[in-house]
Amino acid sequence: MAPVGPRTGDAIFSNVERVNAELFTLTYGAIVRQLLTDLEEVEEVNKQLDQMGYNIGIRLIDEFLAKSNVSRCIDFKETAETIAKVGFKMFLGVTASVTNWDADGTCCSIVLEDNPLVDFVELPDTCQGLYYCNILSGVIRGALEMVSMKTEVTWVRDMLRGDDAFELQVKLLKQVPEEYPYKDDE
Amino acid sequence: MQFFGGSEISPSPPAPTALGNNAHMMYVFNRSGVCLLYREWNRPLHTLNAQQDHKLMFGLLFSLKSLTAKMDPTSAEKGNLGVPQLPGQGCSFHSFRTNTYKLSFMESPSGIKIILVTHPRTGDLRDSLNHIYNLYVEYVVRNPLYSAGTPIRSELFNTTLDQYVRSIA
Repeated sequence: MAPVGPRTGDAIFSNVERVNAELFTLTYGAIVRQLLTDLEEVEEVNKQLDQMGYNIGIRLIDEFLAKSNVSRCIDFKETAETIAKVGFKMFLGVTASVTNWDADGTCCSIVLEDNPLVDFVELPDTCQGLYYCNILSGVIRGALEMVSMKTEVTWVRDMLRGDDAFELQVKLLKQVPEEYPYKDDE
Repeated sequence: MQFFGGSEISPSPPAPTALGNNAHMMYVFNRSGVCLLYREWNRPLHTLNAQQDHKLMFGLLFSLKSLTAKMDPTSAEKGNLGVPQLPGQGCSFHSFRTNTYKLSFMESPSGIKIILVTHPRTGDLRDSLNHIYNLYVEYVVRNPLYSAGTPIRSELFNTTLDQYVRSIA
């Protein structure tokens, strides 16, 4: 029987090296700022942040698996719980909760009450369409893709847009079976 | 890089009699069957070229895994032999032993496979493979200039790996 993974990310979080939270927040802010300058279109910035997150996610998954000792999750419900309780704690120092499950267990919401990325941020009128934290949705999508789950991650609530929390909807599109990668005649 | 011994990732093999030199070779594969790393410490015989050898090893693991899952007496839920399994479906194996070597194997949920071939009398290496996975994360994945799915060329990783493997096997 494989070892059972941790229920929370607290122990791992207390053992990793950390940087000053303000430095982290301001660095992320600087990136978004620069993207806005370079790309001009808010929609393009959203796309770029998502892509950057995706690139982080496909790497971060290995770090997550190696440090957390999580083995395979039994189903998507356990996966979502693990992301919220262990993943967010490990890498952002906050805990999220999972709610709004649909009937067949393939779509849920991850709700963040506290989000270190948005300290000091107020959306100006010119950036109303911006999903400031779009990097997070990319990270989740990328990380899950590496464990063979194709997902669609979208923002439902965003505090910068006046909602009372950050809510990410994670929808499982399909699980990709493992196939033999070589062709017979190769 | 066609034959063993000729590539830049092969280390000079240490003297076979040295203490703590029971490891023969190691492979790291990703999900799509690309051999990310091959290290060799003590392998007197090469019968295939590198590419064929890697493919044979990957095929062996893939087939063995589907066989072990098929033979699993504790689970009713299994498809036919050879039908692709969903990730997380089916059991897996940790190692097998022949009279001349032992092969230890671990696979992360992200599809990274680490294979260590050692002396047949080596003990359980599951924790060691886990440690190697951690080294891989630290020296390879975290390197922003490493692009995923390409062969690993990191001197630092190789040195650390050599040192660690020498200490366990």
